[in-house]
Amino acid sequence: MTDQILRSRRTDRAANGSKASRHGEWVIHVVLTAAAVVMVAPFVWQLLTIFKSNREASQVPPTFLPEGPTTDAFATFFGSVPFWAQLTVSLSALVLRVIGQLTVSALAGYAFARLRFPGRRLLFGLFIAMLMVPSQLFLIGQFEIIRDFQLLDTVPALAIPGMFSAFGIFLMRQAFMSIPAGFEEAARLDGAGPLRTFWFVMLPMVRPTMAALAVLTSLYSWNDLLWPLIVTPRGDKRPLTVGLAGLQGQFGTDYPTLMAGALVASLPLILIFLVLQRQFFSGIASSGLKG
Amino acid sequence: MTTDVASPPSRQRTRRRGGGLLPAPGWGYLMIAPALVGLVALYVWPFLTTFGKSFMDVPAFGPGTFTGVDNYTDLLGDDRFWQALRNSALYTAILLLGVPLAIVLAALIEQVGRGRALYRVLFFLPVVTLPVAVSMVWRFIYNGDFGLLNYVLSLVGVPGQYWVADATFTIYAVGVVGIWMSLGINLIILGAGLQAIPQDLYEASSLDGAGRVRQFFRITLPLLSPSVFLVTVLTVISALQMFDLIFVMLRSVNNTALADSKTIVYLFYEKAFVEFDQGYGAAIAIVLLMVIMAATILQFRLQRRWVFYD
Repeated sequence: MTDQILRSRRTDRAANGSKASRHGEWVIHVVLTAAAVVMVAPFVWQLLTIFKSNREASQVPPTFLPEGPTTDAFATFFGSVPFWAQLTVSLSALVLRVIGQLTVSALAGYAFARLRFPGRRLLFGLFIAMLMVPSQLFLIGQFEIIRDFQLLDTVPALAIPGMFSAFGIFLMRQAFMSIPAGFEEAARLDGAGPLRTFWFVMLPMVRPTMAALAVLTSLYSWNDLLWPLIVTPRGDKRPLTVGLAGLQGQFGTDYPTLMAGALVASLPLILIFLVLQRQFFSGIASSGLKG
Repeated sequence: MTTDVASPPSRQRTRRRGGGLLPAPGWGYLMIAPALVGLVALYVWPFLTTFGKSFMDVPAFGPGTFTGVDNYTDLLGDDRFWQALRNSALYTAILLLGVPLAIVLAALIEQVGRGRALYRVLFFLPVVTLPVAVSMVWRFIYNGDFGLLNYVLSLVGVPGQYWVADATFTIYAVGVVGIWMSLGINLIILGAGLQAIPQDLYEASSLDGAGRVRQFFRITLPLLSPSVFLVTVLTVISALQMFDLIFVMLRSVNNTALADSKTIVYLFYEKAFVEFDQGYGAAIAIVLLMVIMAATILQFRLQRRWVFYD
């Protein structure tokens, strides 16, 4: 799937020469630019507000450019929020969840795609059935398990449920199924066992799918609010989402500070996206977004 | 062997034949073991727990007592529940308006040569920004006293409103943000669908004298309909589960509009994890499942009338 998209993108690029020369393209650019401006406007407004004083930000009519540019908002934010602690929590939960999810999904995906064992279809059906159930249905029971294992207010509590996703297993299974059987047979003739074949032959071939899955998992992990809200009752080990949501109670209408917090908390994932655009796009295209 | 490597992987063949499957029960079970343990402990069991609790009265501490369908009958007589259901339905309907918008924009993006990558990135930015963060930004823009939106509206003579503090407008205001946030995802899925449409169809119809608009309705839309269907189904499923936007944009000490703007999942969160009435919360979650299933089944039924598979 990933490869298909990348390939078609490439051929499209080749076809662009003729498309670009068509007249009337500027009309399309005008429409798209207008739409893009609307899409980006909230971010621009956020950036401008950060450098205003609170008084200026709540002034009517509003000023466009900051009249007396100040970085007080950042100072207030970093001075009153345990940002680095929350960032560490968010990042560790993300890394743990991604590693866990890739391991679990790759192993199970390979077994479902390539190995024959009794109950294989039934078990796979069970996994797929779970895909269709909204995640809220699991929250009460997941909360109890995390609590009973004394894991409330810990990083593993944030990461563990997300490691097991039927979607990840499904995605990896599809990737393994698209590899011609000849590769495995060759490895077997060379005397490699299933584990060696899996690790040295098959896994390297599904790297694009794993990258896409890693990127999607990062996105879910970074953005998640409801689950962290539930499993961090004591308040330490809160990720950025929960911290940011709480900021509002603390600063009410100090919008420059709120905007600064919103920016700083979003920036890491935006940067990752700008670097790994292709993985984001192919992950979404092959999946539809569902966590 | 060499042809295998050179030719694109043929999924059909390996799937149909199933002959490449290695009979290795031991390895099979070993490799799915982590997934299976996690699935049973964190998904199947919790699902059964929720189902069971929906028939119980569960106090904050201690075991629950079986009360039959009491939670469900309470739910049916609860105005708050119906309100939440209406709000979620309205929000979902608003988000569906974003689908035609996404189709047009995706088709336009495919048309341009230069700048396509830039448009994709710009439209995708809201997807990779923390929902909590964008909610805060929009809350500021929607502010009734000094928000940007009211200022812009005042320039064209439209009176300002308390968009997130007046229950008349809250769901619409949140819905606009929802469309804005999900547009990037829809564009990517639809873009992949558009790229799968064979170019020679357009070339042939150009020779027959068909204009771009005609091509859009006669070729693009029918051939894109499976992707449109996927986007529609995903939109409905995720819209019915909306939580973050309400939580961040409407929740504050003195926002009375929140009471009338709760969605099903917000109500569930509040009952199960703030008031710790888990039996009632569980019943809400089960109803949510049934609503989503009904909506999805309905869409699969309806797809026969408008989705074109070749």
